[in-house]
Amino acid sequence: MDELRNTYIERIAKAADEAALEDVRLQALGKKGEISLKMRELGRMDPEERKTAGPALNALKDEINSAIAARKVALEDSALDERLKTEWLDVTLPARERRQGTIHPVSQVTEEVTAIFADMGFAVAEGPRIESDWYNFDALNIPGHHPARAEMDTFYMHREEGDARPPFVLRTHTSPVQIRSMEAQGAPIRIICPGGVYRADYDQTHTPMFHQVEGLAIDRDISMANLKWVLEEFFSAYFGTSVKTRFRASHFPFTEPSAEVDIQCSWQDGTVKVGEGDDWLEVLGSGMVHPHVLRSGGIDPDEWQGFAFGMGIDRIAMLKYGIPDLRAFFDSDLRWLRHYGFSALDVPTIRGGLSR
Amino acid sequence: MKFTLSWLKRHLDTTATLDEILYALTDLGLEVEGVTDPAARLGAFTLARVQSAEQHPDADRLRVCMVETDEGVKQIVCGAPNARAGITVVLAKPGDYVPGIDVTLSVGKIRGVESHGMMASERELELSDEHDGIIELPSGEVGQTFTDWLAQNAPEKVDPVIEIAITPNRQDALGVRGIARDLAARGLGTMKPVEEHKIAGSYPSPIAVSIDEDTRQDGCEIFAGRLIRGVKNGPSPKWLQDQLRAIGLRPISALVDVTNFFTFDRNRPLHVFDADKVQGNLRIHRATGGETLIGLDEKEYTFAQGQVVISDDTGIESIAGIMGGLATGCTGDTVNVFLEAAVWDRVQIAHTGRALKINSDARYRNERGIDPDYNMQAIEDATAMILELCGGEPSEVVVAGAVPDTARAYELKPARVQSLVGMDIPEAQQRATLEALGFRLEGNMAWVPSWRPDVTGEADLVEEVARVASLTKLEGKPMPRANVGVPAPVMTAAQKREQIARRTAAALGYNECVTYSFIDKASATLFGGGDDATMLANPISSEMSHMRPDLLPGLLQAAARNQARGIMDLALFEVGPAFSGGEPGEQAVAVSGVLIGRNGPKDVHGAARPVDLFDAKADAQAILSALGAPDKAQVMRNGPGWFHPGRHGVICLGPKKQLAVFGELHPRVLREMDVKGPAVAFTIWPAEIPEPKNKTASRGALTLHDLQAVERDFAFVVDTDVEALTLVNAAAGADKALIDSVRVFDEFIGGSLGEGKKSLAITVRLQPTEKTLKEAEIEAVSRKIVEKVVKATGGALRG
Repeated sequence: MDELRNTYIERIAKAADEAALEDVRLQALGKKGEISLKMRELGRMDPEERKTAGPALNALKDEINSAIAARKVALEDSALDERLKTEWLDVTLPARERRQGTIHPVSQVTEEVTAIFADMGFAVAEGPRIESDWYNFDALNIPGHHPARAEMDTFYMHREEGDARPPFVLRTHTSPVQIRSMEAQGAPIRIICPGGVYRADYDQTHTPMFHQVEGLAIDRDISMANLKWVLEEFFSAYFGTSVKTRFRASHFPFTEPSAEVDIQCSWQDGTVKVGEGDDWLEVLGSGMVHPHVLRSGGIDPDEWQGFAFGMGIDRIAMLKYGIPDLRAFFDSDLRWLRHYGFSALDVPTIRGGLSR
Repeated sequence: MKFTLSWLKRHLDTTATLDEILYALTDLGLEVEGVTDPAARLGAFTLARVQSAEQHPDADRLRVCMVETDEGVKQIVCGAPNARAGITVVLAKPGDYVPGIDVTLSVGKIRGVESHGMMASERELELSDEHDGIIELPSGEVGQTFTDWLAQNAPEKVDPVIEIAITPNRQDALGVRGIARDLAARGLGTMKPVEEHKIAGSYPSPIAVSIDEDTRQDGCEIFAGRLIRGVKNGPSPKWLQDQLRAIGLRPISALVDVTNFFTFDRNRPLHVFDADKVQGNLRIHRATGGETLIGLDEKEYTFAQGQVVISDDTGIESIAGIMGGLATGCTGDTVNVFLEAAVWDRVQIAHTGRALKINSDARYRNERGIDPDYNMQAIEDATAMILELCGGEPSEVVVAGAVPDTARAYELKPARVQSLVGMDIPEAQQRATLEALGFRLEGNMAWVPSWRPDVTGEADLVEEVARVASLTKLEGKPMPRANVGVPAPVMTAAQKREQIARRTAAALGYNECVTYSFIDKASATLFGGGDDATMLANPISSEMSHMRPDLLPGLLQAAARNQARGIMDLALFEVGPAFSGGEPGEQAVAVSGVLIGRNGPKDVHGAARPVDLFDAKADAQAILSALGAPDKAQVMRNGPGWFHPGRHGVICLGPKKQLAVFGELHPRVLREMDVKGPAVAFTIWPAEIPEPKNKTASRGALTLHDLQAVERDFAFVVDTDVEALTLVNAAAGADKALIDSVRVFDEFIGGSLGEGKKSLAITVRLQPTEKTLKEAEIEAVSRKIVEKVVKATGGALRG
């Protein structure tokens, strides 16, 4: 029996390919194979003999089967190795192109601003881009003869002859949304109003369309000191570093007292760094909402008070991301969009951070 | 508003430095826009004395001077003809920057002789154009700074010029005295008193003045005048000329310079007529319309009905409060002058000034508001100055109208100031501030000074107190959230849709653009707009004349610009408003994308191919799906004309509910817009997508079937104009319970099928739910599918 085993184990090991291996299998375990024949002889044995020969033969059969299977895997492996030796690709070839989309900085920064103010309880309000002059001016305490009207470089919509209504305007600021929101909601109210605005001005630093975000908070005891805190919180969150602000007295028809707000910065080689240094950069106008404006929005100024502010989204985008030219925002140069754009998955959040 | 430091000091007694003054101005709300301080660029130069001047050995025109300086005797080579021993000169040393030649000096050798500095000419120091020789000073000590010498001997040469921005509420700061008042209130000095003149007339004015009845209301409040005869109108004195030049005005003649001086000194525009050119009396009235006048700027103005003017017996001579007429203007020959001081209606001045497009210093001040109470004193003060500069004999003053009563008072509520501003400003300080600004306090009632027409309520008092107290001192105070706990979401459904659409489009590989809301008429017209309702009355250019009716023209223009730069393959999108009309609210947010050229650069894998409408369809569907649009939408072909008529589809829920359109852009549109195709596009209207019916977050249970699904393929021959969706819907309707999905996997047109025929192949997936399908059941469903499709399409199963 040992001899038989050794013979076949050796033959199996020597089988050079699958066909030879199959031959060996047939010789050992085929219908007329040596081991199969021996199994058949078991029936003729007496029970005592069978007791030892039976298990031995079965064990032999299992062993040979395993050896064949193992040899088969080995043969397949070496065949695969042979094939792989001939298979080679130039992996330095470029991958299949995949378009990479981008989000415009105006959209991204609008979402950043929204995320920060949402955390402070400000909702997002919107209004039409074409406005009546009442919402854009009168309601905001800018009567027809007010010099601020002329200074705002307003775009007017065409009026048909015979239509005696005052002309509609392209909103010159997002402030009309304050009035619409106060009318709709009353007090208390906390909103920001981001969106496009228009002024007839086009040069190095002005485009006839740009973007603003307006903020409004009305309650019973909101003060300018609260405004300063809110803005410092905002700028610190937005720029990702502690930013001091400086309030300077100014005048806007819709706020009183009014202040221009500067943020702390430094200038190095013509580039500005926010949140450090001794210089100040003017970034927004603000103040306590004028009683006339509160009344325009249907809110009693003897009972309610609060602040409003407005700043340029494009401008704070330029500051944060080092974008030099405002005009390029609206040119849609693909090279610019790719360079300054943001990934679709870079959604600004408070928990994950506003930017990478 | 420009003024010089010395002019300010005519009104303000102060020891404050220039920097302190500049800081306070900005902080008070009089924002400093610029300052020119001549001393700053002359600061390095010192006085020196030439001890000897010898001929240069190698140059005829140069001298080698030994110069006594604060650092000892230095050798300097000089080419000036007046360089000679004994003169006191202005020295620039090595290392100093010389502004007039834009050079920083260094020790140099001139024709072999070392030179340790330079003796400057006036032009080299930008003091004048004088360059015939170096500066010779009549006095001064060696080592003294040049700026100190100038301050003592020629102060106008080192007088800083300050320019501030004036907000519309600060008309009082359009006069230097008003600026001084603010600084004094801040504590930067004390106001100097001004002399109030009283000049008695020695004869009645031969020119009478009157205001028409219809002009007293909203036209002219008061008009005062007087004749001064026998004046000598020459150049004004040097100090006045220097002051006017320093702030950018051209001195003209003593009479005109006096009016300009009052304009800037006291925010008090005046006018002087040459009385000999005025025929008869002066009458203030409204224009009837169509009259003309040549103004002092030598331009002709045509009046509209109602505009207020001043006429003599022959016609209009002055645009009241805005600009005088050329014919009656004063010249060097003027000997008899009629001086005018008047108070005009601000609104009228603003309207007339804007209509006539005149931006004069007088209009600027009269429309913002001058001090009406000063009117009668102004004419006396101006008379005194004219008499002083030009001599002459004044008449009595003639007056029409009356000084308007602007007296009013508002209650100062000290607690309110603190609550609004959030600063602790003691009541005494609040009162002191208002008094320093000219308010008169009676109890808590603050009477407004006549020069502050902007103060019209209690809130204005708060503003005055706060700005003088300095908002820089404001400390931030936390503003707690209105509601405690986790902040609720703040975005509306529409806002979220915009964000989702935007981020989905970017994830699909599109680059977001923000293009202008206005475009040219031709492009607007191509996209269904361009009518007068959406036209701007005052566009900035013809390229931006109409509100965009659609986002696609802006994107196509962007594409054309990129193609001009050599970038041919583009995927651009925009999310923003498109305008259906010119009224507020006639706008709707759209999401548009364009795909142009290939789907990518040509590549080694052969994957690059021209974009086609099915790319646009896929992206439109992906965005619609992200926005929660229902899966089962119809596709119709009634889209707008800027798409290829046979190659576009409208995705809709019923004929009236259009959610989106996609397709190839019309070749004519591409040609007009200079875009090289192929170009496909989509537009989605997010607001049209119905709100989901199911408001809960729950998804419902997932039903999974364990039984094996069966797929069967069918091919049908149908007419080419039969739509695949018709076929698919027919097949799906054969057994709604059993058929899980129907998908087109092949389209074959022409060939052996013959003209006008095509083959569409579909895979139908059957999903049994209760027991495994038997062959006979599958056969039965298959027969039904064929039957339904044949009936719906008129086609046949492909043999």
